[in-house]
Amino acid sequence: MFKDVSFGQYYPANSPIHRMDARVKLIITLMFVVGIFFIKSYFGFMLTAALLITIVLVAKLPIGSVLKSVRGVLFIVAFTALINLFLGGENGSEILWSWKKLVITVSSVHTTIKMVLRLVLLITGASLLSLTTTPVALADGVESLLSPLRLIKVPVRDIAMIMSIALRFIPTLFEETHKIIAAQKSRGAAFDTGGPLQRAKALLPVLIPLFVNSFRRADELAFAMDSRCYNATDNRTKMKVAKIGLADCISSLVMSGYFVVIMLDRYFWCGLVDTLMFGGLV
Amino acid sequence: MQAIKITDLTYIYSKKTPSEKVALAGVNLSINEGEFVTVVGHTGSGKSTLVQHLNGLIKAQTGVVEICGIPTSNKKNLKQLRFDVGMVFQYPEYQLFEDTVAKDVAFGPKNMKLSKEEIDKRVRRAMDLVGLPYETFAERSPFELSGGEKRRAAIAGVIAMEPKILVLDEPFAGLDPIGVKEITELVLKLKREICPTVVMVTHNMDSACELADRIVALCDGKIVADGSPKEVFGDRNLIKEIGLDVPFVARVVDRLEEEGISLDKTILTIDELTSALEEYKKLKGGDGNV
Repeated sequence: MFKDVSFGQYYPANSPIHRMDARVKLIITLMFVVGIFFIKSYFGFMLTAALLITIVLVAKLPIGSVLKSVRGVLFIVAFTALINLFLGGENGSEILWSWKKLVITVSSVHTTIKMVLRLVLLITGASLLSLTTTPVALADGVESLLSPLRLIKVPVRDIAMIMSIALRFIPTLFEETHKIIAAQKSRGAAFDTGGPLQRAKALLPVLIPLFVNSFRRADELAFAMDSRCYNATDNRTKMKVAKIGLADCISSLVMSGYFVVIMLDRYFWCGLVDTLMFGGLV
Repeated sequence: MQAIKITDLTYIYSKKTPSEKVALAGVNLSINEGEFVTVVGHTGSGKSTLVQHLNGLIKAQTGVVEICGIPTSNKKNLKQLRFDVGMVFQYPEYQLFEDTVAKDVAFGPKNMKLSKEEIDKRVRRAMDLVGLPYETFAERSPFELSGGEKRRAAIAGVIAMEPKILVLDEPFAGLDPIGVKEITELVLKLKREICPTVVMVTHNMDSACELADRIVALCDGKIVADGSPKEVFGDRNLIKEIGLDVPFVARVVDRLEEEGISLDKTILTIDELTSALEEYKKLKGGDGNV
């Protein structure tokens, strides 16, 4: 069996963050993602980093699993950093280094550092949601948050069901893929030799059974749901009813406070804190 | 000659994470050429992990696995290893992919880079052996076959490589009693005609006893029993301790004991049971109602 996959990345632990209501976590994450684009000062980034570190500590997450999600986007971060370094400067800024048309200025260095900080913190913050929330709870949360749309006849329950089924089958498909690969390897299939065309062709013995099995599985699932008279009506109740608890209230307050400080920093203090903290450096 | 030699094999899944799981803990096992070995053990005892080491699908973390004297860690030999150790997975019918049965069976031999004539010869032989006559089934789509036929077709795909060692992981899973009987006969036939050494993983204790010369019981990644079916299943306490079922006939023997009729614990077949009961009747002077 394939137990090394941590897809969906849920990290099981017993912490107040894990026990929080998925809806609250979704809204908080949304606030965080919006908030981070309003940050202009180093003070703001420091505050964000401190907030994230606190969450990681409270949620008892190992630092490795948090950084793993950053590793995946490292290339994009490096690429944007490079572009910003050469093109992100303002006119009239002091020139640090130049070669033909390529110019690095003081302001472009600052833009780059802020850009990298923003991306890394954004990815880390967003990954905290999936690290501490099970896919099922997440799907339920989305359903609950979207439920007002039912008034304009959006089939929210069906969408949520489709979502949870899709999430539920990701590990199954992973395992299945692994099994088929193992079986075809046992018959001497090679997946890592030959040119691109040959490699693509070598995938057929994996993809065809995978598709056939997925359809079969979908068919069986539909049949099983049908024979239990499944339908997405209002009469359906949840096995686990989500409740707002103390941790939800506290974290909402903390997050609102964070959001207010970010806004104050941007529109009223105008980088004042940065000047106080770092002096003439910035 | 030793077909398989496993020394101090340990394997841990998801090392250094909270979901770390020891699948194999210091396994030592030698299997001679011509032996039929059945590996039993409850779910999660490490059976599947053990057999996947045999053709190098899983690389040994610590310890050595040698097939016909060559360690599986030898990278140059990996391809040959895959052809020497034929691996039939659980539900093998889910790996069929070609548009005709013959093409699917030919997948293995084709990867061996054999000549066209040789491939053709092997495909015919394999299909005939598993009971899917070439003339009738060669051009049919594997997806149109019945469940049992699909499984046979998948087994033929492995057999066509003419491996020296055949490994079967739960070949009876999801079959009805008739299907179990058919596959049992097929496995015996394959051992006779193609690959003399067979390693089989199963939950089906009746088939395990019927087929194997030797039973290896795993529990929590360790070998806890290794011997003939009579030796292993004769030790009822151990079997109970490691959470295994006993074969049907052994259950009957246990039930009879509860009723006060003590028989030999190593009885595993109906014939043995009948003669033992007849003997018991004679001893009791023929008046016992058995």
